[in-house]
Amino acid sequence: MSFVSPEIFAKQKVAAVQDYSVLALHAVTNLFSGPRYWADIITQMDSIGFGSLPIIVLTGFFTGCVLALQSATSLQEFGAVSMTGNLVSLSMVKELGPVLTGLMVSGRNASGMASELGSMKVTEQLDAMRALGTDPVRKLVTPRLYATIFMLFFLTILADAFGIAGGALVSVALLGLNGSSYFHNSYQALVYADVVQGLTKPLFFGFIIATVGCYFGMTTKGGTQGVGRSTTQAVVVSSVFIIIVDLLVTRSMIGIFGR
Amino acid sequence: MPEATPNSMPHQLHTGAATFDAPVVVFKDVSITFDVKPVLQDLSFTVHPGETRIILGPAGCGKSVLMKLANGLMRPDSGSIHVFGQDVTRMRETDLYKLRSRIGMVFQESALFDSLSVEDNVAYRLHEEHVPEAEAHDRVLEALKFVELDQAIAKFPSELSGGMRRRVSIARAIITKPDLILYDSPTAGLDPITSTTIVELVIKQRDVTHTTSLLITHRLQDAFTLAMNRFNQSTGKMERIPNGGIDDSTKFLVLNEGKVVFDGTTMELVHTSDPWLKDYLG
Repeated sequence: MSFVSPEIFAKQKVAAVQDYSVLALHAVTNLFSGPRYWADIITQMDSIGFGSLPIIVLTGFFTGCVLALQSATSLQEFGAVSMTGNLVSLSMVKELGPVLTGLMVSGRNASGMASELGSMKVTEQLDAMRALGTDPVRKLVTPRLYATIFMLFFLTILADAFGIAGGALVSVALLGLNGSSYFHNSYQALVYADVVQGLTKPLFFGFIIATVGCYFGMTTKGGTQGVGRSTTQAVVVSSVFIIIVDLLVTRSMIGIFGR
Repeated sequence: MPEATPNSMPHQLHTGAATFDAPVVVFKDVSITFDVKPVLQDLSFTVHPGETRIILGPAGCGKSVLMKLANGLMRPDSGSIHVFGQDVTRMRETDLYKLRSRIGMVFQESALFDSLSVEDNVAYRLHEEHVPEAEAHDRVLEALKFVELDQAIAKFPSELSGGMRRRVSIARAIITKPDLILYDSPTAGLDPITSTTIVELVIKQRDVTHTTSLLITHRLQDAFTLAMNRFNQSTGKMERIPNGGIDDSTKFLVLNEGKVVFDGTTMELVHTSDPWLKDYLG
């Protein structure tokens, strides 16, 4: 491993932020001018959205189950086990649904984007695409970006729903709660601000997953080893960004809606 | 492959800024440095319409960089590069995409899209231009027949040998009948027989359509095969130019350590007095 001077290191990091920003800006604005690759957007929606369905459903469901079990233990001390539905629905819709969906999709798709685009980069396929008169950002990044944002929104709704369903199963089967009462409490616990907060987050997370995954893919250097490095970095950076942005969005939403 | 068409032959007639017989490629004092290592230094040369310019030089002398500069895939640190009269060093990327529609490029490692079939690879540009599917299929077959690979139309790049991939790459580059073709080491890493097949295709393209081209090679044998042979359209084969003749349209550019050490005709190269060049050719 070679060491570089702090000045060069700082310049490299600033240049990376600049390159990432330019890529993200172009990826967003490309949709407002032709040519548009609608078929690629649909293909990516299928790959990212439908392809992620099993892990999202399983993650959401079992998280809801565990949440109900864990919260019931604490609530029992206050004689408030019947409030399990409130706790599960609030936690899933506001926080766990969006974040877990974001992290799972990041692990599955940011890595996929980085490795796919990285392989194309090291085998000169991106240069070939440019030489053939196609903008790789327009053809490869923009469809992935919009497909991820769009599908992550609906995947989050599914994760929320399956999480609440998982909580219901545990509450009824293991805690002996009334199912109707569980769902009534879950529904009553949620207000407009909670749903808005929970469904705003995936828009940011989708943006992070696609832009970070594609950025690391398109800047891959160093052959197959470089592809592996890009894939790892894409998952790590996008996951950390998701957690940080989650905090910022939550704080902003509390500031706007008061909860 | 079809005979020369108005689209492929007289490119100098519809080049916008370029005029009849204007140079197709002009490098003027081009320099580029990677990190601290100068790769090309004050490189200047001109390629005229219909010319096949063979770029020779030892490995790592900047040949592939030169090719990418000519196509606007990289930008030099200084100097200017005019292609069809347009300065590619100052053009926006969106304008470069339009210019590149007139340029075909064969990459060193073929750079075929590995998730697309041979047909989709060759038809890539046609699909981008929304050419009707039936017409695109016919043109793909025509291009693949030119490279004698029409039987591989449904295969994927991973199912092809190195030589076959180069031929598909050539088919992809010529399908839109470009006015300029850039061959980046089309014979690198191939066995001598397959290399000769690729060189024969380059000669066929040169003599049938008279397209201006730049060709990188570090194999002197390939370079001189190109200069001393012609394509016989009646027999469909490459043959030696009679009486030891050489092809007038084929010229040489020799690079060493990022600088031009020779720019001229085959005869001038053979009779050079430059000691390094003599040693290199020997």
